[in-house]
Amino acid sequence: MAETIDQTFVLIKHFILNWAQAFLPDWTIVFLSILISVTAIAIFGPVTMMYLTLMERKLVGRIQNRYGPNRVGFWGLLQPIADGVKMLTKEDIVPAGADKFAHFLAPVVIVIPALLIFSVIPFGRGMIAVDLSIGILFFLALSSTTTIWIFVASWGSRNKFSLLGGMRSVAQMISYEIPMVLSIVPVLIVVGSFSTVAIVEAQSGWNWFVFTPWGIVGFLIFFLTGVAEVNRTPFDLPEGESEIVAGFHTEYSGMKFALFYMAEFMNTFSISAIVATAYLGGWQGPWLPSWAWFFIKTYALIFVMMWFRGTFPRLRVDQLMGFAWKFLLPLTLVNLLVAGIWTQFDTPKNYVVTISILGIAIMVLYWANRPEMPKKRTYRYAYADK
Amino acid sequence: MEYTLKDTPALETQTLEVSLGPQHPSTHGVFRMNVTLDGETILKLKPVMGYLHRNHEKLAENMSWLGSMPYTDRLDYICSMTNNFAYALAVEKLAGLQVPERAQYIRVIMAELTRLVNHTLLIGFLLNDLGAFFTPVLYAFREREKILDLFEAVAGSRMMCNYFRFGGVKVDVTSDFIPRVRQIINKYPKFLDEFEKLLSENEILMARCQNVGVLPKELAINAGISGPMLRASGVPYDVRKVDGYSIYNRFKFRVPIGEKGDVYDRYYIRILEMRESINILDQAIKEIPDGEFITKEGGVGARSPRNFKPPKGEAYGRIEAPKGELGFYLVSDGTMKPYRYHVRAPSFINLTVLEDMCLGQKVADAIIILGSIDIVLGEVDR
Repeated sequence: MAETIDQTFVLIKHFILNWAQAFLPDWTIVFLSILISVTAIAIFGPVTMMYLTLMERKLVGRIQNRYGPNRVGFWGLLQPIADGVKMLTKEDIVPAGADKFAHFLAPVVIVIPALLIFSVIPFGRGMIAVDLSIGILFFLALSSTTTIWIFVASWGSRNKFSLLGGMRSVAQMISYEIPMVLSIVPVLIVVGSFSTVAIVEAQSGWNWFVFTPWGIVGFLIFFLTGVAEVNRTPFDLPEGESEIVAGFHTEYSGMKFALFYMAEFMNTFSISAIVATAYLGGWQGPWLPSWAWFFIKTYALIFVMMWFRGTFPRLRVDQLMGFAWKFLLPLTLVNLLVAGIWTQFDTPKNYVVTISILGIAIMVLYWANRPEMPKKRTYRYAYADK
Repeated sequence: MEYTLKDTPALETQTLEVSLGPQHPSTHGVFRMNVTLDGETILKLKPVMGYLHRNHEKLAENMSWLGSMPYTDRLDYICSMTNNFAYALAVEKLAGLQVPERAQYIRVIMAELTRLVNHTLLIGFLLNDLGAFFTPVLYAFREREKILDLFEAVAGSRMMCNYFRFGGVKVDVTSDFIPRVRQIINKYPKFLDEFEKLLSENEILMARCQNVGVLPKELAINAGISGPMLRASGVPYDVRKVDGYSIYNRFKFRVPIGEKGDVYDRYYIRILEMRESINILDQAIKEIPDGEFITKEGGVGARSPRNFKPPKGEAYGRIEAPKGELGFYLVSDGTMKPYRYHVRAPSFINLTVLEDMCLGQKVADAIIILGSIDIVLGEVDR
């Protein structure tokens, strides 16, 4: 029974294929199999996005002492659909001086990589669209292409705020790409494969990578850079509302804006999913079915991202760059070394060595960055005696 | 601070001129900054104001003395009580009116409550400018509501109170007023602690605010800056202490002083000032006597404003408004209308040093510097 629940979605697919086999020629079955996976992802992505918006609004609402949307449907559950209808029926405005082709193309294309990433995410045991042998590489390559379309959008809008947002976006994405790629390399070293399935399988039982010294550091860096990659608070400079109005999507309205939003939220989901896969053991876990574990971990990470949004102010451009280059990058390099050492020693010894190296590295980095760190202040009073 | 394009040689670059405002999410109204940028660095900043100009001073010169009292509410629409206070003070000086004891205490209580409202709200909006997604603002609003409820119970209006009269206040406070104020001041320190826990030692807030938008002491004095901004720059100047107007010299309170004069100091000074305001309120509600809330003369003036004619002369009444020194300069020619009516608006004068603070900083800094000045466009443009 447990096995059946665990494999529900796989079994449904197999059931459809077996049923179709009765009257379809054999060669179409392959296409049908692909079609089912693609349809599942193409529906799952946007629906996830819709309900992530609701989740974010509800959560941030709770953080801020209010209810969030609760008028449309029970508990506001139909709110995303109402929003979708609103977006679809809104006027589509193209600025007079805009590069019309670029302005149109950017929001359309930006959704594609966001959707494609879903194909290498292992949603559960056996629940992966394509088990690419270069899964992680595929993910990294696709997620970095988003930058190009953000810049195309900002350039095509012919708006100065957009342009500023686009420039910030490019600078930020390039800076954070490097620690992001390097922070996942330790996993690849230890597992010895790029395949996401292999990574999850290497963490069976409670051997999640996050419980190792290099794993916790890698997890934190990967998660932080992931937050930066998807432009969420406190790294939401490309669309910093209070500074540059809406950044790269200032000049977008209606469905085009919705597509940007969709890409952002789908990226949020896929980043959380990849972090969960690489460091939190993916679908590994006791008692519950594998896909349930996967979603619990992914949504926990998304929750943390939304929690950030409700709590933190935004960083400044130079501080953002400084954080990436002066702190994260050296730390990821050390972490790389540590992961290499980890594989060469036996269990009690490797903990001692890696923890001490990481401890020293963090202390050195902290000390080196200290001049730029803010200090607590005390204040004096005038007329204190009266 | 000087910053030129020559500092980045070799690469040929162009400056970018951006008009921040009048429609912009963080200009606190219809204010505009014409900014010249090199990348993200500000080379030049020109404030453009006047979008909300509505002839406040000339209007006041064409109506009775009391007639412009409700208009003063609309100057700094967040602190209508202190605007009333300053105007009433100036007219009382001109007409030589006395204010009964109870009214004095009510006035001080209202002014300090207004200070709480203003500073709480300002910090909320400053954090919004910093990019915190509305959480501090909504926490600030929650506390502000409690005080506004109190204003509503007493004056009949939440924001546009129009509560002060020459020689007193409009009506006596309700019987549950003092207990309600006590409730607020008992809970406020707890709220401030919570607020500070969320904000003051937040690494990002400190990194963003410290050493940004530094206003040197000398410049602050020369430019006529007043209020928390001046004190953040290290000048211990508080009109409540210097003038001791109304009954402020009876209360024990301290004046917090900043060191650097940057955005963080301006932020923190306001938190400390709120704590002092709570002190004043605590003393005021303990000492408030019974008695009349307006003098007989003032009562007549309030009922028939056309008969209220201050003698010939001029007067300048000033108070320590939450935003700085708010002054009303009035000239009377002995008729029912002011001959000259001038407002020394703290927001406006504090705004004059905006460019000096912003040069060489990033765009994002300009926004928080503007936020830390604490302007309300109703007062800037008048």
